[in-house]
Amino acid sequence: MQLIECPWCGPREEVEFHYGGQAHVPYPDAPAEVSDEEWAHYVFFRDNTKGRFAERWCHSAGCRRWFNAVRDTTTYRFERVQRLDDPEPHATEPARARRSTAS
Amino acid sequence: MTSPFRTAEGGRIDRGTTLEFTFDGQTHTGHPGDTLASALLASGRHQVATSVKLGRPRGIAAAWAEDPGGLVQIEEPFPEPMLLATTVELHDGLVAHGLPGQGRLAEISDSARYDAVHHHVDVLVVGAGPAGLTAALTAARSGARVALVDEQSEAGGSLLGGTDRLDDAPALEWVAAAVAELAGHPEVLHLQRTTAFGSYDDGFVLALERRTDHLGTAAPRHVSRQRVWRLRARSVVVATGAHERPVVFADNDRPGTMLAGAARTFLHRYGVLPGRQAVVFTTNDSAYDAALDLHRAGVAVEAVVDARPAGSPRREECERAGIRVLSGAVVTATQGVERVTHALVAPFVDGQVGAGSAIACDLLLVSGGWNPAVHLFSQARGRLRYDEALGAFLPAEELDRLSVTGAAAGVLDLAGCLADGQRVARAALTALAVAPPGEDRLPTAPEPVVPAAPLVLWRVPDTSGADGNTSFVDLQRDATVADIARAVGAGLRSIEHIKRYTTIGTAHDQGKTSGVLASGITAELLGVPVQATGTTTFRPPYTPVAFAALAGRDRGRLFDPERVTSLHDWHVAAGAVFEDVGQWKRPRHYPRPGEDMETAVLRECAAARTGVGILDGSTLGKIDVQGPDAAVLLDRLYTNMMSSLKVGSVRYGVMCGVDGMVIDDGTVLRLAEDRFLLLTTTGGAAKVLDWMEEWAQTEWPDLRVHCTSVTEQWNTFPVVGPRSRDVIGALFPQVDVANEAFPFMTWRDTALDGVPVRLARISFSGELAFEVYVNPWYGVAVWERLLEAGRPYGITPYGTETMHVLRAEKGYPIIGQDTDGTVTPHDLGMAWAVSKKKPDFVGKRSFARQANQDPLRKQLVGLLPVDRRTVLPEGSQIVELHPDGQLPPPPVPMLGHVTSSYRSAELARPFALALVKGGRSRIGDTVHVPVNGTLVPAEVTGSVLVDPEGARRDG
Ligand SMILES: [Zn+2]
Repeated sequence: MQLIECPWCGPREEVEFHYGGQAHVPYPDAPAEVSDEEWAHYVFFRDNTKGRFAERWCHSAGCRRWFNAVRDTTTYRFERVQRLDDPEPHATEPARARRSTAS
Repeated sequence: MTSPFRTAEGGRIDRGTTLEFTFDGQTHTGHPGDTLASALLASGRHQVATSVKLGRPRGIAAAWAEDPGGLVQIEEPFPEPMLLATTVELHDGLVAHGLPGQGRLAEISDSARYDAVHHHVDVLVVGAGPAGLTAALTAARSGARVALVDEQSEAGGSLLGGTDRLDDAPALEWVAAAVAELAGHPEVLHLQRTTAFGSYDDGFVLALERRTDHLGTAAPRHVSRQRVWRLRARSVVVATGAHERPVVFADNDRPGTMLAGAARTFLHRYGVLPGRQAVVFTTNDSAYDAALDLHRAGVAVEAVVDARPAGSPRREECERAGIRVLSGAVVTATQGVERVTHALVAPFVDGQVGAGSAIACDLLLVSGGWNPAVHLFSQARGRLRYDEALGAFLPAEELDRLSVTGAAAGVLDLAGCLADGQRVARAALTALAVAPPGEDRLPTAPEPVVPAAPLVLWRVPDTSGADGNTSFVDLQRDATVADIARAVGAGLRSIEHIKRYTTIGTAHDQGKTSGVLASGITAELLGVPVQATGTTTFRPPYTPVAFAALAGRDRGRLFDPERVTSLHDWHVAAGAVFEDVGQWKRPRHYPRPGEDMETAVLRECAAARTGVGILDGSTLGKIDVQGPDAAVLLDRLYTNMMSSLKVGSVRYGVMCGVDGMVIDDGTVLRLAEDRFLLLTTTGGAAKVLDWMEEWAQTEWPDLRVHCTSVTEQWNTFPVVGPRSRDVIGALFPQVDVANEAFPFMTWRDTALDGVPVRLARISFSGELAFEVYVNPWYGVAVWERLLEAGRPYGITPYGTETMHVLRAEKGYPIIGQDTDGTVTPHDLGMAWAVSKKKPDFVGKRSFARQANQDPLRKQLVGLLPVDRRTVLPEGSQIVELHPDGQLPPPPVPMLGHVTSSYRSAELARPFALALVKGGRSRIGDTVHVPVNGTLVPAEVTGSVLVDPEGARRDG
């Protein structure tokens, strides 16, 4: 069982956490204005990255805070965790296109 | 029975105490410190069982968990299958018998206690042999927090089975001093009889402590039998030693055939001679110790058969003792029936076996070298490499937070193990930024005799005529060299495939002696290097662990939490029949004497529709939402408008996912401008809180709002029926309960004898109803006062079944029963609950998707079975007949399914709710429902079957 670093509480057992899927998939600013296809991409489509992946996690059985993390999906190792209000830009995969521009 | 094979003295047994035990119906004796195996050997018994497939006699072949032969079933003190005679500590009254490879689970429930402990340390050392003890001492002396666990009954590891000396004294004196020193360090946890069986991420190790098994019936009841230690270490030092490896030859499974090191252990640790007349077959120097020690103890060692042409430098030592050494020779087969009587010995030159001769013996000792016990390292995903010289797999890399030392790392001499344990511990401490101790003296070990290189020999060519069919690789699976040859012949190349084809390594012992042999023989047959074959994956547990131990205290009532309301005892006393709703125990109905559920529910329903009923609705989820932006959050998450709700009022709301499908519903009370109380479904409470927090934190962190679960802070009692106003009016005379003063969907705060009470005009039945909210401390008192006030009106407690009937008669869906995650508010006929004014809310955009415009979407409708008799089973499919009354040809199109179905007292007939394709356009049609092989016709109706005008809600 892994230890996961909660940016608020420190290292805790992984059973205290919930996985929240890919990070940085923002709710569209104006949902009414996006096409059905763009909306479907927001609702249903997520990357399935091998390697470094920016993810959301929630310390659901602890402080209940959501946070961002970069994790390697092949080794499960967490490279970095960040509070949502961290002034530093959240680490994301290099050269990954924004979803809304994909089609 | 006597113990003719017990030595006159020596061993770590308490000869002053005699224990009596029964094996296969025969009574034997032994001593504290014995295992079942050593006591059986002392009585002269080698055969323990017969083999699983072939029924061949099998005996004790090793001295600990690597033994593939001695499987037993314990009958007393508690039935337990599949244990090894070599690891069962002897106690008075033990009853056991041998097992032919398969055990039998106890038929009585296990009354022993099992528990778990979490423990965090800087350094965890696994194994209390010379390397592990040294590592633990070094770590402890630095002041670090240390745990030392070892699977044996006492510390010492390999030293327990030998005659080693340290600092010119018996090595076990050094062991005793080390244990005493560790006990003096307050930050050291030292556990014996504790097997580290699994090694996981980030220094997490699971260990099983056998706390009372060795005490038998004398085990104190208040002490847990076994304990799972959940150890989290900043650094793990694996000092698990090595397992001796046999060599495969024909009929190598005959009882009396034993690993050479095991024989030493039986002699030195248990004071047992495993035979009278021995042959020792070896490929390396270590078995010479066994030959010489047994000789000194009085065993006639007929020959040391050394496969190496040049033999060993220790040959002279043997010959001085009068032991014949045959270099460049092998044992090719054994003779005997239930015990070996002869070893067949033949010259072995350039891989060819010459003409042999039989040597009489009742004990055949074998050593093919040593396999480092790399299990925990490999489980932690450490890569292994094949070491040509050792003929074994060794750690091939450094792991973060986990290091391997001593024999487990391939260091096989005592002085080397001591130095290596210290070195590894110091490196681990340094990595943890802990200063290693200044004073850390190692005991002095005698200079080791430089050994001759071992020969790697997996198997002796089969000259017996059996073609490898009696050359056993895995004794527990009866799997042979011939089986591996068949696997390779069938085209298998991967050792993982060969394992599954031959089943080698899949038994109780998980291949402790057979795994590396299988790799070596496979490589030989394929003509590839052993490195290329590799090993199969090592997986936890290292040794078998009882499910009861893993379950610990999480069984029975503690398996899953049971939640009850403050009224639970009242419900029990009232004879309620309970049902599980999530983790909650809820009264389903309250049968009176002679009533079945159907009668009770019809009675309860009639009371609520014609008089007054009362329900314990305390399990409904409740979320307190506070903050200046509370209304904004609710507007974004509910499909309807909540910001326009007036303080003092209540509104029903629906929540959808981003896909537009309903995820929960309930009522919302506005308590203040900046405060709401949300009611959720019983099962959806936690999920809704998660949902709200996720959006508030991740998408709208600017909103000043907090959500808190208050489910357990409020009891909720709906008082339901045309006489509910009389009851509430009587109990709360200060509240004007008239419809104009206290209209539907409003709430009022009041008090009862100083206890704050909140009343709300909410109805989940269509009837005039009041929900009563009170702090659970006063729940029973208020409930009883309500019953008292309702007695003149025949107030009737009702359960969830009646609640379901009442709501279904009104077409109110239960989210999760009438919906399944593919249902929109529109499908439920709740377009009225979807705001058209709000620019956006979660789910809104999805309503505009093409699929949601499809007129053939499944919609919630009512069904009335035409026969007025049949209660359609929930989940039944709905079909349509052709105009000629025939079913369409298969595949018959399915129109939908029944989601809720009950008998109705009000309608005097059964009815159902169903999701039906284009359901609302079918109202008035007749559809058919297959029930037990017949097609039951049912009329499609609107979903509201009782009081569709809503005339009753105001009384
Ligand atoms: Zn936290």
